[in-house]
Amino acid sequence: MSLLSVEKLTKSFGGLTAVSNVNMNIEKGELVGLIGPNGAGKTTLFNLLTGVYAPTTGNIKLDIAGNIKEIGGLKPYNITKSGLARTFQNIRLFKDLTVMDNIRIAMHQNVDYSMSQALFRSNKFYKEEDRLIEEAEKLMDIFKMTHKKNELAKNLPYGEQRHLEIVRAMATKPVMLLLDEPAAGMNPNETANLTETIAKIRKEFNLTVLLIEHDMSLVMKICERIYVLVYGMMIASGFPAEVRKNKRVIEAYLGEDV
Amino acid sequence: MKVFNKKNILTLVIIVVFYAVVQTLISIGIINSYYEITIATICINIILAVSLNLVTGFTGQFSLGHAGFMSIGAYVGAIINMEMNSTGGFLIGVIGGAVAAAVVGVIIGIPTLRLKGDYLAIATLGMAEIIRVIFLNMEITNGAAGLNGIPRYTNWLWMYVFTVITIILINNFIKSSPGRACISIREDEIAAEAMGINTTKYKVMAFALGAFFAGIAGALYASYFYFLKPNIFGFQKSIDILVIVVFGGMGSITGSVVAAVLLAIITAFLQQYSELRMIIYALLLVVIMLFRPQGLFGTKEITDLFKFKKKNERIE
Repeated sequence: MSLLSVEKLTKSFGGLTAVSNVNMNIEKGELVGLIGPNGAGKTTLFNLLTGVYAPTTGNIKLDIAGNIKEIGGLKPYNITKSGLARTFQNIRLFKDLTVMDNIRIAMHQNVDYSMSQALFRSNKFYKEEDRLIEEAEKLMDIFKMTHKKNELAKNLPYGEQRHLEIVRAMATKPVMLLLDEPAAGMNPNETANLTETIAKIRKEFNLTVLLIEHDMSLVMKICERIYVLVYGMMIASGFPAEVRKNKRVIEAYLGEDV
Repeated sequence: MKVFNKKNILTLVIIVVFYAVVQTLISIGIINSYYEITIATICINIILAVSLNLVTGFTGQFSLGHAGFMSIGAYVGAIINMEMNSTGGFLIGVIGGAVAAAVVGVIIGIPTLRLKGDYLAIATLGMAEIIRVIFLNMEITNGAAGLNGIPRYTNWLWMYVFTVITIILINNFIKSSPGRACISIREDEIAAEAMGINTTKYKVMAFALGAFFAGIAGALYASYFYFLKPNIFGFQKSIDILVIVVFGGMGSITGSVVAAVLLAIITAFLQQYSELRMIIYALLLVVIMLFRPQGLFGTKEITDLFKFKKKNERIE
C-alpha cells in the first residue's frame, strides 16, 4: 500500500462540493505536486489531509511501515502525531518567540516528562530540556539557521520565515511533509534556496513531500509526479511532461479553443 | 540533583534574606499593623495576578472570572479551618480550597474554553457570577450575612511562603514544554495545533492551574481577614486582578509582582485623600495605558535586565 492513500474523498459545504470524489496515492519517498487554478479546492484538500476539516465521505489512510491508520476526521494534533507535518500558505509562525522556541514548541510531542516533573524540576526534566536544545541545534545546523537562533521570528526576512516554517515542521519528526504554496511571494533567489531546502529534506531525511504550488516552473522542475485538481475534481495525474501536454489541463488553465 | 545549581541556590538565599529582613522589621515594630495589612494584601494580589497572568498573559485566554475561583478557595478553606481549628487545619484548608477551585476550573474550562476573546470573557464573567450567587444562597456559607470568626492562622511567614511557592511553580511551568505549548496557543492557535499540540488540553490545564493558585489566595484571604461574604468576590474583584496583570505586562511574572506592589502602595498612599482616590487611581491607569499599552514590562522579565547578552537558553 502507498504511504498516503486518499480514496473517494468528498467535502461539501452546504450545496457546494469543494472536493469531489478525489483519489490520490503517494508512495514513500516521492515528491508530488498538486496544482490547479484558483478556487480548484487545493487548499480544501490540504485541510482535509491535515485535519482542519473532516471529510464528508471517503477515506484518508496513512501506512507507516505496514501500520495502516485512518486519519480522515482526526484532530490536527493527532494527525501531526501520526507523522504528517504541514506549513501554511500565509505564514503562521509564533511571531513573538525566538527561532529556538519555535522549533522547541514543535518538538513538544516528543517530550518525555510529566507535568509534576516540570513543576518541581526533576533531573529527568533537565535531561529532557538539554536533549531538546541539542536536537533543535542539530536541526538548525542542518538548515543553516544557527546564527539566527535567538532572533524573534517576526524579525526574520520573508524568505527565512518561510524557511523556518519548514524547519519547524521538520521538528515534529514527520514521515511526510505537506507544503502549502511554499514559494508564494518569493523572489527568484529565495525560490532557488527553497528548491535547495526541499532537495535537502529529501536527501537527509528521506521524506515524502506533497506540495501545492502556483509557481509552475518550480513544480515542473522538482516534482516527480503531479496531480491536477479542477473544480474539486482530479482531472489528471502523471509525470510533469505528461501533465504539461494533457489537453484537459491546458483547457483548465488557458480556456478552451474557440 | 541538578536543581541545586548556583543560580537557584542564590535565589533561595535572596528569598530567605528578604523574609528575615521583613520579619525583623515587623518584630521591632517599624512595620506596624496597618502596613502589615498592606503587605498581606500585596501577597494575596501577587498570587492572584501571577495565576491570572498564566491564563490571560501566557495562554492568551481572556478570563474575567478569577474572583470566582478565589471565592471557592476562600469558602472551602474557611469552612475546613473552622471545623479543624489548628495550623494543620489551616494548611489542609488552603490545599483543599485550591484543589476545589482547580476542579471547578476544569469543569468550567472544558465548555467555555472553546470560545475566544470577548466571548470567553463574557462566559467566564457569567460563571463567576453563578459561583457568587450559589454562595449567596447556601446555608453552609451563611448566605449574604457571610462567614464570621474564621480562625486566623495566616501571618507574614505563611503569606510569604505561599507567594514564593506560587511564583516559583508558575515560573517553572512557563519554562517547561507544557508551558511553551500554552504560549504557542497565545501566539497562534491553529499553528500550535498543527505542531501536534492538543490546544484544548493545554488551555484547560492552564485554566485549572490558574484556578488552583487563585484558590490558595482565597483561602489566605479568608484566614487573614477572618470575615467572608459573597459580595467581596464580585465582578469588581476580577477587574482589580486584571488591572494588575495588564499594568504589569501580560506575559511577565515579575511584571505582575511589581504591579501588585506598586498599586498597593499607591492605594495605601491615596488613603488620606479619600474623595480623590479613585479618580487619581483611574487617571494613573489611563496614563499608563496611553504611554505604555504593553504594561510596565511587556513580556519581559525583570531578570532579563541582568542578562547582558543571551549566552544560551538552557534552563537553570
